Amino acid sequence: MSLLDIISHQLVNGLVLGSFYALVALGYTMIFGVIKLLNFAHGDLYMVGGFLGFLSLSAVSSVVGADWPGIFVAMFLSMIAVGFIGVVIERVAYHPMLAAPRLSILITALAVSLVLQNTVLALTGGQYTAFQTDLGFGGLNLGSLFISYNQMVLVATAGVLMIALHLFVNRTQFGRAMRAVSIDMDMSQLLGINVSAVIAVTFFIGSALAAAAGTMAGAYYGSIWYFMGFLIGLKAFTAAVIGGIGSIPGAMLGGLILGLLEAFGTQIPFIGSEWKDVFSFAVLILVLVLKPTGLLGKSEQERM
Amino acid sequence: MTSDQPERNAEVVLRLSGVEAGYGRIRALNGIDIEVRRGQIVTLLGANGAGKTTTLKTISGLVRPTAGSVTFEGRDITQLRASDIARLGLAHVPEGRHILRGLTVRENLELGGFTVHDAALRRERMQEVYRLFPILDRRKNQDGSLLSGGEQQMLAMGRALMQGPKVLLLDEPSMGLAPKLVLDTMRIIKRLNQEGATILLVEQNARLALRLAHYGYVLEGGTIRMQGPAERLRADTSIVQAYLGD
Repeated sequence: MSLLDIISHQLVNGLVLGSFYALVALGYTMIFGVIKLLNFAHGDLYMVGGFLGFLSLSAVSSVVGADWPGIFVAMFLSMIAVGFIGVVIERVAYHPMLAAPRLSILITALAVSLVLQNTVLALTGGQYTAFQTDLGFGGLNLGSLFISYNQMVLVATAGVLMIALHLFVNRTQFGRAMRAVSIDMDMSQLLGINVSAVIAVTFFIGSALAAAAGTMAGAYYGSIWYFMGFLIGLKAFTAAVIGGIGSIPGAMLGGLILGLLEAFGTQIPFIGSEWKDVFSFAVLILVLVLKPTGLLGKSEQERM
Repeated sequence: MTSDQPERNAEVVLRLSGVEAGYGRIRALNGIDIEVRRGQIVTLLGANGAGKTTTLKTISGLVRPTAGSVTFEGRDITQLRASDIARLGLAHVPEGRHILRGLTVRENLELGGFTVHDAALRRERMQEVYRLFPILDRRKNQDGSLLSGGEQQMLAMGRALMQGPKVLLLDEPSMGLAPKLVLDTMRIIKRLNQEGATILLVEQNARLALRLAHYGYVLEGGTIRMQGPAERLRADTSIVQAYLGD
């Protein structure tokens, strides 16, 4: 393969990977925005989203098939269900802890993560579950570069979800209220904004985006298991930090950058794909050292 | 001068009775009684730490009183959430203005109208705000937190007006402003009042506040030390010495 082939090939891989990272990172960063919590259970919502997407697809595939239309229906159902799970988690586990020290709520998030993982572990016996679809292998040949239709649909879907989120956050009163709560909770209340409702909606949207990524990843890679959320949770956290935690455009950018870095990182001589996680977290450390606020983050100190 | 002020006998729109509040073990208010009548400007004077800001926060619901009650238009609002109190028509412009950074001037104003669900009414109010503060119109697409102090004060007041408030709570609107801007701000407060707004004004600058207000309270250590019509407080030498010694 020529160098150009390698570059364009990894560009596509990086975009796919980056789309997953960005979707999960968005929830991370939105939740951090409104309640200043690093929700370490967020990756597990991606995992639960994968499983609920799988169950939904099994339920609807006889009607709509198991190709993209069926996957979209399954993804939609999974997003709704996981959105509500996210809201319940916030109500039950985080809301009572909002006035507690930050460390307590962080530990609560780790506990929620364990509960989600072990519930699915108990239900599946820890086995990989095959995520069977009727997705084809077709694609476009652009010169020597091959892009599968699946990759295109996946990246486009992620793009549509992110554009929808962007419009919601910037063009609607409720979206503005979400930004207001993440900037200044007291002032938001003085403007008549029901902060609890904003937090609930934020959890719903963030969790639903993770579920969308989980369903698509399951369909794309063909299998799911209870531990699949752990690593992507950490990667999404990395992506959110690269973009600037709390910044929505930052999470999108950070996810794509991380996906591309990982894809190209596998091409570095002597590093190879088995080192890609080390590569990502090295990037995290570099960002934390060189630009702790991230690429698009605000430099203002949070008032805790 | 006193005879042409019917506000003296207007109904009490906001009443604090025996309000106590504090932060943890620190008591900030030791049972205070305040009345604000419709159409009046009432000012709350006192040194730093006297409890002025806490009083406003207790009214708007950011601080929950440990005893006593707050009634607004005859309704007990002591236990209501801050966002619900705002919906009833109490707009609190907090100390330091709290412009939402990263949001444009226009977005800040839009959020001021968060409780106004009628988009046409919101647009109409925004035009009124732009008429009152033309500079905000010129700066509407800029980040609100990058405005000068005086412009931010206008934005904070404009944002409160978007709520269509029955009562305005203003916390140190002149803080950090150049002298000319302080006078501008006071003129605007006067004008808002003449247009019908009821205002509870917390001010460090007692001389200015008493020139504007109909009635005043002097807070010290979380207790009301003195109260009366503004012109009487202005004439009282002990007040002058304690709080007006510019």
